[in-house]
Amino acid sequence: MTKVHVDMNLCQSHGECTYVAPEIFELGDDDVLVWKEEVDPSLREKAQEAADVCPMLAIRVED
Amino acid sequence: MARPIVIVGASLAGLRAAQAIRASGHTGEVVVVGAEERPPYTRPPLSKELLAGEHEPEQCALPSDKVDVDWRLGTRATGLDLARREVVLGGDEPGVGDQPRSGDRPRGGGERLGYDKLLIATGARPRHWPGEPIELDGVFMLRELDDALALRAALGTCSRLAVVGAGFIGCEVAATARKRGLDVTLIDVAHQPMTALGPAVGERCAALHRAHGVDLRLGAGVDRFEGDGALEAVRLADGTRVEADLAVVALGAIPNTDWLADSGLELQPGVVCDATLAARDAEDVYCAGDVAAWPHPMADGAVIRIEHWTNAAEQGAAAARNLLAAPEDRKPYAAVPYFWSDQYDVKVQSVGLPARAERMTVLEASPEGDRLVLGGERGGRLVAAVGFNAARRLAFYRGRLAAMPPYDDVIAAVRADDKALGDPAAVVA
Repeated sequence: MTKVHVDMNLCQSHGECTYVAPEIFELGDDDVLVWKEEVDPSLREKAQEAADVCPMLAIRVED
Repeated sequence: MARPIVIVGASLAGLRAAQAIRASGHTGEVVVVGAEERPPYTRPPLSKELLAGEHEPEQCALPSDKVDVDWRLGTRATGLDLARREVVLGGDEPGVGDQPRSGDRPRGGGERLGYDKLLIATGARPRHWPGEPIELDGVFMLRELDDALALRAALGTCSRLAVVGAGFIGCEVAATARKRGLDVTLIDVAHQPMTALGPAVGERCAALHRAHGVDLRLGAGVDRFEGDGALEAVRLADGTRVEADLAVVALGAIPNTDWLADSGLELQPGVVCDATLAARDAEDVYCAGDVAAWPHPMADGAVIRIEHWTNAAEQGAAAARNLLAAPEDRKPYAAVPYFWSDQYDVKVQSVGLPARAERMTVLEASPEGDRLVLGGERGGRLVAAVGFNAARRLAFYRGRLAAMPPYDDVIAAVRADDKALGDPAAVVA
């Protein structure tokens, strides 16, 4: 499985990740990010894309 | 010998271009030229977290060490020879300030770096105060990390800040300085702050700053900066004296195209590109970030420039992919623009093209009125949405914006959406 880390001290709920990888990331009603910490390797590229668009550089993807 | 791909500009767009080139599997030489000595860093914290003292410079660093390219930092590009496919490095400095350098001296004289393909990502710089050069201590502009560190130190020793220019940077600096306990006067010739987002957003921003104790001077021109060695006051055009021991000049940005002035590229003032970010009338030259002017489908074919983080990040990668692609595989860059601003406890977020909106109206709001979304309308269609503390709700608009749906349909869809924040008419004042 591919691991998706989000540093919630950095996350500011821009929501960019939720556009490029809605399979992994979602903003809750309170605008706080929720995400899947382990995803199928087929989603690795999408997870990395989400990390790339994060303005806070809060997302890290690990195999 | 094979010539390298050359990227001029080593900030976010240049870095993302380099990363995209390597991610594509291209193994040839890539050279990234950057004027700043520092490796690439992210700029949004410079007016916010870094300035507030919550972040340190190392937290702003972008992961450039993992990209296997030849970094030529501290090296300024000073000219471009399209015919010979060469970038001129160093030597004759380009003009400084806002005025293009006069053409009486030959450009160049430095090292010439040949390229196979060129990607221009030289960004923008702050617009200088248009009057006499200010030779007083305590007057700052903000663009680079070192500017932010110097301003941060000054915020610790000064007590009265005058911010000249109430755009994004000016408003964020004002908010950060209030957080740090300074008295702040925010001055602009416009009648609202954040004019790029229209009066309805501007009025809310003005109210926000007033509520946090900022002395707003709107519709107010600045005549001069006064002091003897160090700044003592900002004199407004109507004669009013605003006492200040610190000033930030935040008058917007100008794309860094001086070095291209006699290259033959079309500048207005960014480099004019086609829909795929290829510079017009040039071969194998692409642009990304603040410096790129390209026709956006939401702008009816008009060229636009976007000076925001997400655009630089995404365009850097998109321009690089097009640069590598066969002509028939190049893709238009048509992402719906996104940007944000943090002021006090409010996150203002924008999707679409708010500058093209003819008017903005509140489409939904929480009963307390502290969270809301304004829609931007042009010709009866939705062209933008601006949220105040409404991150999750912006997805609703972002998904629709590329199609620019009829505004009335959007109003109806918001009414029908049980996840909407609420009827703006029901807000308790």
